[in-house]
Amino acid sequence: MTTRYNFAYLDEQTKRMIRRAVLKAVAVPGYQVPFGSREMPLSYGWGTGGVQVTASVIGPDDVLKVIDQGADDTTNAVSIRQFFARTTGVATTTRTEAATLIQTRHRIPETPLCEGQILVLQVPIPEPLRWLEPREAETRKMHALEEYGVMHVRLYEDITRHGKVAQTYEYPVIVDGRYLMRPSPIPKFDNPKLDRSPALLLFGAGREKRIYAVPPWTRVRSLDFDDHPFEVEHWDRACDLCGARGAFLDELIVDDKGGRLFICSDTDYCARRRPAGERMPGA
Amino acid sequence: MSGTVDAPPLLSVRGLGKRYGVQLGCRDVGFDLWPGEVLGVVGESGSGKTTVLDCLSGRVAADGGRVAYAKADGTVVDVLRLDEAARRRLLRTEWGVVHQHARDGLRMGVSAGANVGERLMALGARHYGRVRGRALDWLARVEIGEDRIDDLPETFSGGMQQRLQIARNLVTEPRLVLMDEPTGGLDVSVQARLLDLLRGLVEDLGLSAVIVTHDLAVARLLAHRLLVMRGGEVVESGLTDQVLDDPQHPYAQLLVSSVLQP
Repeated sequence: MTTRYNFAYLDEQTKRMIRRAVLKAVAVPGYQVPFGSREMPLSYGWGTGGVQVTASVIGPDDVLKVIDQGADDTTNAVSIRQFFARTTGVATTTRTEAATLIQTRHRIPETPLCEGQILVLQVPIPEPLRWLEPREAETRKMHALEEYGVMHVRLYEDITRHGKVAQTYEYPVIVDGRYLMRPSPIPKFDNPKLDRSPALLLFGAGREKRIYAVPPWTRVRSLDFDDHPFEVEHWDRACDLCGARGAFLDELIVDDKGGRLFICSDTDYCARRRPAGERMPGA
Repeated sequence: MSGTVDAPPLLSVRGLGKRYGVQLGCRDVGFDLWPGEVLGVVGESGSGKTTVLDCLSGRVAADGGRVAYAKADGTVVDVLRLDEAARRRLLRTEWGVVHQHARDGLRMGVSAGANVGERLMALGARHYGRVRGRALDWLARVEIGEDRIDDLPETFSGGMQQRLQIARNLVTEPRLVLMDEPTGGLDVSVQARLLDLLRGLVEDLGLSAVIVTHDLAVARLLAHRLLVMRGGEVVESGLTDQVLDDPQHPYAQLLVSSVLQP
């Protein structure tokens, strides 16, 4: 490891400031805590919020896993993993259960998380009411007064137009019976994993300068109607690589003759279910 | 004295004032509104009518005065001194506000049904079928066809938008409705139908209402009592027929005599 940067890139004062925001977020589950987001050596939208949260909670004994849309081997995941490997020297892994700290973009791993683990989610837009109410001052007031009826107006509108709630990602949830929260753009398939999660969930939005959290074992309820209960996506087929049923599948177009594969989006989960040495068809 | 006489007025306003910098909005406005009564506020443009209404609904903060409101549970609150949470709850439950421009009062991006259902859902309704049922019921009451429930308000005519706005407010059966020029910008035949509808609803539901209008014909049809405003002050008040047929204040006389008789 080169030591030209401070441990985990950020200076200690900045890390303290972010940790204070994280503590406040943990104390008020689902509440968006403002923090002084710093310029990071990657562009907005690539996980600057998540990187800052990770940098402020990571310690020398941590084992880090970074995923992007479930995959350990895509550009964003590889870059961020290398970034922390170089600036902290911590061990990295792709195995979910071996990691103590997981930074993720848009997925929660299929392998159940356990107590003691921290999951850091990258958030592009933290405000769940953003497209319903343009004024920031007003959305804060709505959170303060728990005025969330308008969110149901949106669900109503979805059912009216599509016969069901068409929102499939960043599906709104109520945290601990109080705050409306946008669970970053995870598919709604992952929403049930938020509820009473044994791991600490931290959400960082770099551009919007907000941090929020779901502490372990906190109730998280997806919004719905009594006669249109919340449902997750399901597929009538298994993963074409590992045969898993009940995992989140990505559709992959493999040729220009209409051939397609459905494979697990969680690469770690999928790879370890397959016999050793087997590769993707055509790879 | 009997109990009904002892009952406090629904709304009792005293000394209501508002300045916009050096500009006077309204000064020392006072009136009582009794349950089931419709009060008309008339006067020319700039006379402070809308300021009074905005102060009542909290859209603008009044500089001083007292607005005592008798809630459904019998307690009397000073609306100007309520904290914001309580004031907004009051506006969602016991009060309704109908804006002059339907665009200000409607969510233009969602369907008519969602517009009517919003207040129900804000109060905790969580059954899609029932919310939709209530919306259908209310659209029928304001004479909007069942088949329009899923259409956006933008596809509605001005009169329909105004009726939709009324349905959206009345769906939670408020006790007091504040209306700012409800017939403004509508042509006369559409106005007449809207007035008929409003009159029917006020009678059926036993609503109390404060209606701001510059149109004396609207005031005569809807209001039981009138306040005549000029330059931010109330210059005359009384029963509608009395004020319109035998105005005392010179300005009220001028106002009444300015109306064209077709």
